[in-house]
Amino acid sequence: METYTFLREFADSWMLLLLFCIFVGVAFWVFRPGSRKVHQDTANIPFRHEDRPAPDQEASK
Amino acid sequence: MNTGTLNYVKLVVLALATLFAMIAASYARDLAYQLHMVIFMIVAAGLFLTTLRATDEPVTPTPSHEYFDSVVRAGVIATAFWGVVGFLVGVVIAFQLAFPALNFAWAEGYANFGRLRPLHTSAVIFAFGGNALIATSFYVVQRTSAARLWGGNLGWFVFWGYQLFIVLAATGYLLGGTQSKEYAEPEWYVDIWLTIVWVAYLAVFLGTIVKRKEPHIYVANWFYLAFIVTVAMLHIVNNISIPVSIWGSKSVQVFSGVQDAMVQWWYGHNAVGFFLTAGFLGMMYYFVPKQAERPVFSYKLSIIHFWALIFLYIWAGPHHLHYTALPDWAATLGMVFSIILWMPSWGGMINGLMTLQGAWDKLRTDPVLRMMVTSLAFYGMSTFEGPMMSIRSVNSLSHYTDWTIGHVHSGALGWNGLITFGALYYLVPVLWKRERLYSLGLVSWHFWLATIGIVLYAASMWVTGIMEGLMWREVDANGFLVNSFADTVSAKFPMYVVRGLGGVLFLSGALIMCYNLWMTVRAAPAKAGLGTAVPAE
Repeated sequence: METYTFLREFADSWMLLLLFCIFVGVAFWVFRPGSRKVHQDTANIPFRHEDRPAPDQEASK
Repeated sequence: MNTGTLNYVKLVVLALATLFAMIAASYARDLAYQLHMVIFMIVAAGLFLTTLRATDEPVTPTPSHEYFDSVVRAGVIATAFWGVVGFLVGVVIAFQLAFPALNFAWAEGYANFGRLRPLHTSAVIFAFGGNALIATSFYVVQRTSAARLWGGNLGWFVFWGYQLFIVLAATGYLLGGTQSKEYAEPEWYVDIWLTIVWVAYLAVFLGTIVKRKEPHIYVANWFYLAFIVTVAMLHIVNNISIPVSIWGSKSVQVFSGVQDAMVQWWYGHNAVGFFLTAGFLGMMYYFVPKQAERPVFSYKLSIIHFWALIFLYIWAGPHHLHYTALPDWAATLGMVFSIILWMPSWGGMINGLMTLQGAWDKLRTDPVLRMMVTSLAFYGMSTFEGPMMSIRSVNSLSHYTDWTIGHVHSGALGWNGLITFGALYYLVPVLWKRERLYSLGLVSWHFWLATIGIVLYAASMWVTGIMEGLMWREVDANGFLVNSFADTVSAKFPMYVVRGLGGVLFLSGALIMCYNLWMTVRAAPAKAGLGTAVPAE
């Protein structure tokens, strides 16, 4: 089989399926139980550390 | 390697670069290349001298407990400066189209419409937009990672290296050094230079994210990162070319025919998708919540918005090539993906607008927030218009007409322009430690001038574009075309004047902004608690 034909068929079958599944997986992952608390915390990141970086000892929270 | 040794390496590299640029300038086969090599030579020699002076001198350690804001301040100044330059050139070429006499005979070959148009597009997209993206991404990634910018002075290299790229691109266009690819006009050596700068930019940005003190990567950084990575990929693939000689600017593309067209519009549309959309969405996801003083409406939606946009945008390019040698299936694919893109685009717009939930009253008192909300409204409008225009039957009317130009400008002036102005109004008081902006009244003036300017621009281009499309396809009873091309040109004159006036309004708004920001730094009261002697009002 020609490289072009092979790549084209691969792209619109298995690769398409893989990308679609990754995307659906992301959507499900976003709505996993317990994500709300994490997301609330993350959404508030812009309201911390406005003036200076976090000190080093806080490194692993 | 310590700084001392590194300086010796730098000196060797800079000396070699200066020498090479000298030789290249003397062997140069064309003017654009010669000028650029002289610029390279001066820059490299100047850096050699400053590095030499700093070698074996005591170095002041970089303060890790402070943000690296000086480079962001420089970026804010550069954004405002290039913005005004880009808008001004836009106004000039708008009037050149309305009044061809403005293509002066003495400037023929340097400042006629054909030479100035790429200067305008690159100045507003890459110089104004690019500087806004670099400056805000450096600001946002530090704040949301709670860490100082990685790489020390590499941040300065990115800033100045990018300015050098802009100067090389702009002077190259005027002197005819262009590879004639839309939004990718710079020739091979300028492309190589941008690649080096961009890799440094990626390293600085990723390095800061890696050493972050927050457990999670805030969504704005995802958008910025997607923008940096994708633009690197697009830039490299679209600029694969072989120089005719290393002593000249001319190069030959490796792709040819329809493959070249497809690669070009894969690049071109994703320059819109990742430079003007993903990057600016990063800006939106930080500055809209900050200005509204509340977290983004739905963080879940922002994650889905990100992945949907990333997965879909990359396929939309073929809609630029309807009714060409490109196979129908490819054009249809591009069209379908463009239409699906409507959903993540509007998801993002809704997410931004709904961030104001419970704070809508702020619109009455805060013109900066009003600017940001209007930019989201323009984002919504142009991401509705775009998918519609990508439909093959609509495209048969709209393509090659001024409708396309109107569409681009409602996105670029409305969305990119206004969100950038909003970010600048937010950043200047913070970066220069002022209590507030010099004048909110002037912000309102800017807001209304810009908005009315965009409306004049978009409305006149709709009228002239649709008129032009209808005139081109009009046939008489015997099947002959009714109008010649020159008929459409003369019919468009009034709309061209209105468009130029819209541009004048937008430009004057930007000038008012520059004055306001300048006075904010000069005259607004300093932020309390800094111990500087500023009289109270």
